[in-house]
Amino acid sequence: MSDPIPDSTAAIALAPKTRQVTAFRRFLSKPLAVGAAVILAIVVLVAVFAPIIAPFDPGASSLKDAFGPASAANPLGFDSAGRDVLSRLIWGAQNTMTGAGIALIVALVLGIPTGLIAGYYGRWFDSISSWIVNLVMSLPAMVVLLASRAILGPTIWVLMIVMGVLVAPSFFRLVRGIVGNVRNELYVDAARVSGLRDWRIIGRHVFIVVRAPIIIQVALVAGVAIGLQAGLEFLGITSGDTPTWGAMLNEAFQNIQRAPMLLLWPGLALGLTSASLVLLASGLSDVLGERGAPAARRRTRRNAAPAIVVPSTSVPAPAERGALLSIRDLAVSYELADGGVREVVHGINLDIAPGEILGLVGESGSGKSQTAFSILGILPEGGSVSRGSVTIQGTEVIGLAEKKHRELRGTVVAYVPQEPMSNLDPSFTIGDQLAEPLRVRLGLSKQAAKARVLELLQMVEIADPARTCAAYPHEISGGMAQRVLIAGAMSCDPDLLVADEPTTALDVTVQAEVLSLLRRLRSDRGIGVLIVTHNLGVVADLCDRVAVMQQGRIVEQGSTEQILVAPEHPYTRQLLGAALDGVDARPEWQPRTTEVSA
Amino acid sequence: MISFLIRRLLASIVLLFVISAIAFFLLSAPHTDVGRTLLGQAAEQSLVDAKNAELGLDQPVLIQYLNWLGNALRGDLGTSWFTSENVLSAIGNRIPVTLSLMVGVTVITAIVSFALGIWAGVRRGAADRFVQVIGVVGYALPGFLVTLIVVLVFAVQLRWFPAIGYVDFFTSPAGWLSTITLPILALSVGSIAGVSQQVRGSVIEVMRKDYVRTLRSRGLSPRRIIFRHVLRNASAPALTVLGMQFVGMLGGAVIVEQIFGLPGIGSMTVSYTTRGDIPIIMGLVMFTVIGVVVINLLVDIVVSWLNPKARLA
Repeated sequence: MSDPIPDSTAAIALAPKTRQVTAFRRFLSKPLAVGAAVILAIVVLVAVFAPIIAPFDPGASSLKDAFGPASAANPLGFDSAGRDVLSRLIWGAQNTMTGAGIALIVALVLGIPTGLIAGYYGRWFDSISSWIVNLVMSLPAMVVLLASRAILGPTIWVLMIVMGVLVAPSFFRLVRGIVGNVRNELYVDAARVSGLRDWRIIGRHVFIVVRAPIIIQVALVAGVAIGLQAGLEFLGITSGDTPTWGAMLNEAFQNIQRAPMLLLWPGLALGLTSASLVLLASGLSDVLGERGAPAARRRTRRNAAPAIVVPSTSVPAPAERGALLSIRDLAVSYELADGGVREVVHGINLDIAPGEILGLVGESGSGKSQTAFSILGILPEGGSVSRGSVTIQGTEVIGLAEKKHRELRGTVVAYVPQEPMSNLDPSFTIGDQLAEPLRVRLGLSKQAAKARVLELLQMVEIADPARTCAAYPHEISGGMAQRVLIAGAMSCDPDLLVADEPTTALDVTVQAEVLSLLRRLRSDRGIGVLIVTHNLGVVADLCDRVAVMQQGRIVEQGSTEQILVAPEHPYTRQLLGAALDGVDARPEWQPRTTEVSA
Repeated sequence: MISFLIRRLLASIVLLFVISAIAFFLLSAPHTDVGRTLLGQAAEQSLVDAKNAELGLDQPVLIQYLNWLGNALRGDLGTSWFTSENVLSAIGNRIPVTLSLMVGVTVITAIVSFALGIWAGVRRGAADRFVQVIGVVGYALPGFLVTLIVVLVFAVQLRWFPAIGYVDFFTSPAGWLSTITLPILALSVGSIAGVSQQVRGSVIEVMRKDYVRTLRSRGLSPRRIIFRHVLRNASAPALTVLGMQFVGMLGGAVIVEQIFGLPGIGSMTVSYTTRGDIPIIMGLVMFTVIGVVVINLLVDIVVSWLNPKARLA
């Protein structure tokens, strides 16, 4: 732990060398972490060279100097027994570092091999060791250390070995968790299939993954060990006259009324060392840990880099705007971690008339969902509409106050999400979740809301509405969940439904049922639907018109028949070709069976 | 749910047995002549032997343990070797002090951590950085150093509260409050640092969930989404961490009670372990582990109430 920086950069040995340099640079760009590393280096040096640096014997006392003031020879003054504070502080560093070192070595030796074995081989070893680890972790370290004091005597080094045992579980759990994940990675499978021996796999593939987290954990555990050690010494239950920071604090605390300043130096030494370890750990985990995590924090830099201006859609905008929904020149941008901006939707036009179903097709990543979210004003963190206009029933929603936009959601425009299971709150019953907007938005009474929920569930053809009402999301099937979500979207009687891949996560028979449900809702209630999909079967089955989207642009728009039978844009032809697989287009399409991701 | 709790309860009982056995055998390992220690160097050997026989120390350790266990199951934890106090009543007298400390710290930690964590997780930006700094500082400073700083500032410099001593709640509620405030404050800093980070993390995680977006699409207000849906889903992991912090708090209580001179089981642990008073140490170990077990069970119950999926487990 004395020299963690070069080690930690080497931890990404799998990455190319430039990566290592970047990690090191990134570490250097964190002033707090660098400062912490410098402080720790100083403490370690002081500890190593204590016999040379310390001006006086730390135990030498002269009672006439008790509480003596600072002087040139004794820059920090004297303690209650007339001993030189600086010398005791320097020797205390050695004591602290040795103690933390003992605890760490014991913890690493115990925790890492067992964690590797438990994570890699699992089975009985895993069960037994995990049980023991849970047992050890449910014991308060301080109480166990005190009990150990009764058994093993007052020698601090022996107690630090016990402490090593007590903190070993943190390494065990860390290593076991990571190894357990890595074990199931494909490249480890591949290595195993290709006949590599287990120890070579562990050495080459597994150990490399756990190195960086272990280094971070070492810093954290060292901080804990130092705190506990000083705590034990502070309690005065350890033996010997060895000068320690904990003992100095104890001695200062006895004289807190007379000379409170005596607390300062050992307190500062202990606090700085401990804080440096934590700061170093957090700096290291920033550098080595979550790389590429979205950092949408620096909002002030939103306009730092100009967005790339891309010419608007190749399809000319119709002069007349759709009465239900009309989108003109809509662009969506995301802030990047480096402060730049990336545009993902480059100025598109769409129109939906009341009662019309428009299909928005394209492959994943083409900006379909971003368009849908913009209409509802629910773009994820970091995303925003950078230009253009969206009107819903004539009301402009871009730039509309969030509160006003919120009033449209649910009652005018509603949303059916893609993944049914992850879109229901797992902590509330279906009935609760469906009733909430009814009560909040429409102000229905409890009974009225309940009755309406049952009606809604009946409307989406759920067989036993009362039972579904009382169920939690994990107790119903994906198809049911999607019906519940459609019921939720319909609950406040909207005029426009934005459905984002509503059938993708469902199996084929359920897909067909959900589509027929949407068709029926349109004919019964006259709602308009924007259905986002990559499935041309859905389009053929359901849509009046289709817009084809590619890389954030709409490349072709027209009636379903026109697009499916006589596509003009090469991308549309490519999509159709991929879907049809060489078979001639039929006017009446069945939902495809080849692309089921249930 | 019920069967889950029964299984947890049985596992906890097994845990108590295992720990009692390990602790007893380890504590009996160093062969010090307890009778000699008690009666002094001058005592006759026959008296020492008689004393050891009286304490049951002439028997094999296994028999000693079974005797202890049999008595413990009947609610008799024996008497202290050195002070002849009844172990149960000695601990019982001190439990209320530690308990009021623990309850105070847990309540303060829960309130402050949830407030800070939600604030940071929802607002992000400067609020988030502020809470993260609190987390690092609170985590980085060893608990007893925080305690010393608290004493120095609030008791020695400002003199708002007494630095030492304890007043029973039933004797004087105001006195109790003035003597317990600083210990609670000192012990809360570390656990607030830990729990608020967890609340922040889970709030951010839940805010990114698909269902939160869907709830927004229903036109519900942010406040409603945060306090009804996000909070409920973020609470379970935060409470689990709070339960884990409890184990650390018990250790912290040892030092805090010692510094503030509170007559709780923490300071009792310090004074009795140095003497190797096995009946008392066994009693303290058992009470501590029972405390941890009870807290873990409570956390499990609350978490399963919050998270319907866990009810099946």
